[in-house]
Parts: sequence; C-alpha cells; structure tokens
Amino acid sequence: MDLVKPEIGLMFWMILSFGIVLFLLTKFAWKPITKALNERDASIQDALDTAKRTKDEMVALKSDNEKLLVQARAERDLMLKEARDTKDAIIAEAKTKAAAEANKMIKTAREAINSEKNAAIAELKNQVAILSVDIAEKILRHELANDDKQKALMTNLMKDVNLN
Amino acid sequence: MLSTVLLEAANIGNAYGVAALGAGVAAAGGGIGIGLIGSGAVQSIARQPDAIGDIRSNMILAAALVEGAAFFAMVIGLLVIFLK
Amino acid sequence: MTVNQNRKITVNQMLKPIFLTLLFNLFLGISFSFGENEGKKEGEEKFNAGETIMEHVTDNHSWHILGHTSLPLPVIIYSDKGVECFSSSKFEEGRLAVQGNYNYGLIKGHIRVIGADIKIDEAATAKIWDFSITKNVASLFIGITVMLMIFLSVAKSYRKNAGKAPSGLQSWIEPLILFVRDDIAKPSIGEKHYRRFMPYLLTIFFFIWVNNLLGLIPIFPGGVNLTGNIAITLTLAVLTFIITTLNGNKHYWRHIFAMPGVPLWVLPLITLIEIMGVFLKPFVLMIRLFANIMAGHIIILSFISLIFIFGDMAKWIGYSVSPLSVGFSIFMGTLELLVAFLQAYVFTLLSAIYFGAAVEEHHHPPQHHDTEQQAII
Repeated sequence: MDLVKPEIGLMFWMILSFGIVLFLLTKFAWKPITKALNERDASIQDALDTAKRTKDEMVALKSDNEKLLVQARAERDLMLKEARDTKDAIIAEAKTKAAAEANKMIKTAREAINSEKNAAIAELKNQVAILSVDIAEKILRHELANDDKQKALMTNLMKDVNLN
Repeated sequence: MLSTVLLEAANIGNAYGVAALGAGVAAAGGGIGIGLIGSGAVQSIARQPDAIGDIRSNMILAAALVEGAAFFAMVIGLLVIFLK
Repeated sequence: MTVNQNRKITVNQMLKPIFLTLLFNLFLGISFSFGENEGKKEGEEKFNAGETIMEHVTDNHSWHILGHTSLPLPVIIYSDKGVECFSSSKFEEGRLAVQGNYNYGLIKGHIRVIGADIKIDEAATAKIWDFSITKNVASLFIGITVMLMIFLSVAKSYRKNAGKAPSGLQSWIEPLILFVRDDIAKPSIGEKHYRRFMPYLLTIFFFIWVNNLLGLIPIFPGGVNLTGNIAITLTLAVLTFIITTLNGNKHYWRHIFAMPGVPLWVLPLITLIEIMGVFLKPFVLMIRLFANIMAGHIIILSFISLIFIFGDMAKWIGYSVSPLSVGFSIFMGTLELLVAFLQAYVFTLLSAIYFGAAVEEHHHPPQHHDTEQQAII
C-alpha cells in the first residue's frame, strides 16, 4: 500500500507549492507573455492589413496615373494640331502679304517703265524732229544747190498759192 | 496446478504469482492494443502519405491512452502485493 | 545586445553534448549509487534488487546522494501537542530515535510513535501528522525553482524585447507556449473560453514535464521519482476535477444527469455511468501519469540491477552482462525522455478536453423541415 497510498504531508506540500507556483506564474509569467504574444499577433495582423491597404492604394494610384497619362496624351495631340494649324495660317498670311508686296512692286516698276518709256519716246520724238530738220536741210541744200532748182521750187509754190 | 505447486515450494504465496500473471496479461493486452493502433496508422500512411504528420501524432496520443488502460492492471498488481 | 548574439551557440550545437552528458550520467550515476554493494565479500548481504529499487522509487526522509552520503532533511511533525522539527539524521531504521512530544521511531520508512520495546503505539500514531520535507518535497521545491527561474526570465525578456523577434531562452519556450495554446487549448476548449484556462494548462504542462525530466537525471538534484508518486498525481487530478466542476455550465450538468435524446427506460443506467465517469476521468488521469513514470523508473533501475544480480553469482557474469544492461537502459532512458513529454501532453490535453466539455455551448441540431416550409412559402 506504500506505493499507492498518498501521503498527507506530501499532498499538503504539493498543494501549497503548486498553488504558489500557479499564482506566481499566472501573475508574472503567463499574463505578460500572453499579452506580448497577443500584441505581436495584432501588430503582425496590422502590418499585413497595412500592406494590403497600401497595395490597394498603389493599384488605385496606378489606374489614376494611367488615366492622367491618357488625358495628357489627348491634350498633347490637341496642342500639336493647334500648332500645326497656326503654322499653316501664318504661312498663308505670309504668302498673301508677299504676293501683295510683289504686286505693288510690279506696279511701281510698270509705272517707272511707263514714264521711262514716255521719256524715251519724247526724247526720240525730239531726235526724230532734229534729224528730220537735218535731213530736210540736207535735202534742201541738195535740191537747192543750184539756181535752177531754186526757181523751179518757187514757181511750184506760187502755183499752189494762186490756186488757193 | 503446477504453478501453484511451484509457488508453494518457493513459499512466495499465491498472491504474488497471480499478480505477476495479471501484469503479464496486462502487458499482452497493451501490446495487442498498441499493435492494432500501429497497424492502422501504418496502413493509413500507406494510403495517404502526405497526412503522415497528423497520423503520427494521433497514433502516439492513442498509444499513450491505451497504455493508461494497461497500467491499470499494473496498479492492481501493486495493490495486491502491498495489501498483505 | 549584438555582443551577446555573437557569443550565442545555436540550439542544435547544444543538443548533442547535452544528450550525451545525460546518457553518460544516466548509467554512471545509477551504477555508482549501487556501487556500495560491489566490494562485498562472501557472507555479507546479497544485492537485494527489490529493496534497492523500492528505495529509489518511494519517498524517504533523507536524500541519499552517493555511496554512503545522504543529505538529511528536516522532519516536521504536527500533533495535538504542537509542531516539532528536527533533522532526520537522528533517525535510524527500527530504533527509538527521537523523544519529543512523543517517542518517534522510523519503522519501514514511516514515522511512528513507538514504545520502549519498538512496538507501534497505534492510538498515538493516529494523532501525529507527518509534514516533513521528504525527498519528494525537496525535489518538488527544486522543480518549482527551475520552473520559476525559466519562466520569470522569459517574461522579463518579453518586456525587454517588446515588439522584436524572440531570442535566447525565449525562443525555446515560446513555441512550447504557442503549442499548448494552439494545439491543446484552442481545439479542445474553443475560441471563446480558452483564455480562462490557459494559465492552469500551461502550469501543469510544464510542471509535469520539468519534474519528469528532473526525475530522469540520476544524480542530485535530480533523480527523484516525483511525478511517479501517487500523492502528486492525485493532487493534480483533483485540481483538474475541481476546475472542471466549478466551470460546468447548465448543459454540462444536463448531459450528466439527464442526457437528452435517450429513451426513458435506459436513462437511469446512463446517469449512473455518467456520474461514475465524472469521478473516473480524473482518477484515470492520476493513474496514467503515476504508473507511466513509476514504471519507467523501475524498468531502468531493474536493468541496472541485473548487472549486480548477476554479479553476485560471479563477478565475470556481472561484467559481461553490463554492456547489454547499459544498452537497454540507454534505450529505455531515451524512451523515458519521450514519455516525459508525452505524459505531460496527454495530461494537459485530457484536462483541456474535460474543460471544453464543461464549458461547451449548446448546439441546436439543424431543423430541416422548417426551412423547407419556409422555402415553399
């Protein structure tokens, strides 16, 4: 019965010691340890949640960025078109201006030519007149070289006057 | 008969002999039980090798519980010896 | 902190030397403690295996350390005449030793009141209560000290390392605590109630395991068969029983006294079985732990004793048997290491299962016909 009979003294010490150990460990070991483990669990869960949230935000941000990019591209195309149009307008305007200028220059030149022409013609007319007089003089001199030709001419002229 | 004679000759007394016999039978019972557990576990592992971890821990747990039953008989044997 | 981390040895590196040292101590220490019988000549008493084993496994008033050295422990006796305290070195087996309030003597390891003729005075013996610090109590104190040292330092390092990864002893203990919480408490008791029982479950798990391991160390301060003592396991089982009973809710008691869903004529039988079960379950817990640990100690001691039993016949037989015996002892010792952990696990698991049964909520069985009618409507 020795082996299977519980000793009262041993049971007393066991209850006492185990109770003390249970109390001490609960207060100073299990409580802080479980608290620390729970905190660590919570912080891990927190970190995971934050990571997931950040990932979602990143995805949203990326789609936003894509939208912005598309918008920017459209605006750029518009701006390029506007620029092209402006360039064409400017070139057209320049062309018309140049044409007008040219026309004006041509007109001025034409007028100048005209006046030159007139001047030249007047000059020519003078020269022709002088030349005619010279030639007439020469011819008269030639014709009226002798006195017979001078008397013939005078008789002709008097006939004409008498007939008038 | 023979065992009784032998026991009387050795002057041990019937109780010890019977207690020893009881302990032997308990060991046999425990052995059969744990053998059955082991065989079931090994067959399960053969059927599904990737559950080997679960099967192993369950096998050891069941073996410990069956041994508890076998130890009952040992304790009874001890009582027989000490309750003179 | 970094300096300490550089000096740390990994767990794996530590395991092999510790294991080998334990094994070496195992057979060396046990052999030494038996060694006092070796040099005996013919005519001196033979090696009595049963007595030696029983002396190692049961309780003593003094702690026998090596050879002839014993550590005398205080004897505390409480009787109706008051409390007395003296050293157990005054005792000698079977002799009138101490004359205090009563005449005490040590008969077969128990303190009795004896008359002058070494006759036990039964009436007076019934009046004395032996609260001595015996070998088991001293080992209990040592085990408790070890537990407190380990866990209070771990709790402190949690405070120091707040928010950081565990290191050192903390990283040994934390997986064990998480194991008890996630594999024993949560599945058995359930998410809602397990926190209440965690301190008790953790304490008994580590108490049983530490004391089992201490019992396997063959030399002082280990080597005492504490958890193989029925008083210890009785106390643990009674504590589990008390906690289960105090936490039993309405459904628990209803299942015991009037199990629902059972035909009326068989109900008394079921109730009787359930009531027996309430007391039987902690009893089985007690017996399981006690018998496992005690049997383990006895087997190892028996293997070592074989050497000396054979040695008594002739020295050379003793020597030739010794490698075999030591081999078996090492094997059994390794098995006992597993059993130390396993018995702690089984005790804690079964306690958790009983707690879970006590606080279990009522589950309504699914009502099939109601939902069908509602679907039609």
